[in-house]
Amino acid sequence: MLALALLLMNRYTPWLDPLRSKLDILTIPFYWVTDIPHRVSNWFDTNWVSRDDLLEENQQLRNKVRIQESRLQQMASLVAENLRLRQLMNSSEIVQDRVLVAELIGVSPDPLVHKVIVNKGSNDGVYVGQPLLDAYGLMGQVVSITPYTAQVLLITDNAHAIPVQVTRNNVRTVAEGIGDLYQLRLRYVSSTMDIKPGDILVSSGLGGRFPVGYPVAQIESITFDPGEPFATVVARPAAHLDRSRHVLLVFSEQSDSVVR
Amino acid sequence: MRALIAWSFMLAFVLMVVPMSFQWRWCRPEFVVLLVIYWSLFSPQYFGLSMAWCVGLFQDLLESTLLGFNALGILLIAYICHLVSQRMRHYVLWHQALWIFILVGVFQLFSNWLTGFMGPMLNSPAFLLPALISSFLWPLLVVVMRYLQLKFRLHQ
Repeated sequence: MLALALLLMNRYTPWLDPLRSKLDILTIPFYWVTDIPHRVSNWFDTNWVSRDDLLEENQQLRNKVRIQESRLQQMASLVAENLRLRQLMNSSEIVQDRVLVAELIGVSPDPLVHKVIVNKGSNDGVYVGQPLLDAYGLMGQVVSITPYTAQVLLITDNAHAIPVQVTRNNVRTVAEGIGDLYQLRLRYVSSTMDIKPGDILVSSGLGGRFPVGYPVAQIESITFDPGEPFATVVARPAAHLDRSRHVLLVFSEQSDSVVR
Repeated sequence: MRALIAWSFMLAFVLMVVPMSFQWRWCRPEFVVLLVIYWSLFSPQYFGLSMAWCVGLFQDLLESTLLGFNALGILLIAYICHLVSQRMRHYVLWHQALWIFILVGVFQLFSNWLTGFMGPMLNSPAFLLPALISSFLWPLLVVVMRYLQLKFRLHQ
């Protein structure tokens, strides 16, 4: 009876939330323990490397930096130009987003829920609703925090939807998760909408939760069924949701005030 | 004895959160439920229903599901086990394993049913896979636990 009462209370009221965030701290050690094998192998990888390998890697990284620096030079002038154009159009300027590097330490054990746990929490300034990126695209948003960790709901979870737009023609739609790690589905795509396989979807910033312009997914297939009011559009998430370990938490203050 | 119970659950909780790859996500045995069944069957005097409920509650915290979600299911299983413990203790191992499949299956069915109340429910019978794997794991668990109890000279 007590269990049932607790269940109902937790489902329909927020009374237990503060208690819960305190108790969540107790669970951190378990995730920490499961992370040990990875840390050990990581330690071996970084400390037991031959000199030649290191030299080679160093050389590669140098080359990479050189190439990217030269690209960045162009970027600076482009940003300046962009800013000027925006001022001409009387729209507010895009502020560079501040990011915090975090590391995944756990994955939700429930097969129906797509959540991950990262090693940064409220002590590092993480807040609920904060977007999470990896090197390839948007991963999800923070849904609950403890002082040392944060839980992130991935964009592929059943309960998640994100406003997106097509880069080619700025068509806006909503991409929602269907509980498959490699698929997103677009909602309310009418059969006349200009959308093709291969189109890149970026976050549109509508709703104010996610910053504008981060890659979300790429369209994989479109099926028009004349009997259905909307087309079935399947997209593949850009972020490596099953592989990325180093992730970025974005602090975006101004992202939702951009006028289009 | 209490220490052994505590340590076994610690290990089970760790095993419950070991990351699995996406393709294998249904193949994780229900370690905690298995241990609850084991202790309720063989040492009901040490492992009561309230303890089972606490274990379930901690699993809720760990999996960040609703509080009471696993607790209720585990309580149900522990209650059944307490009722039938006199009989089931004397079955042969494979016969017990068969019953484990049914018990863990009931647990899975129950949680899936609760999930269905709160959101999208899983329609495929994939949710019974953990029950199958758990029942294969049962003989191993019993042998290891017996060995540990003998080693530390704990009576049942």
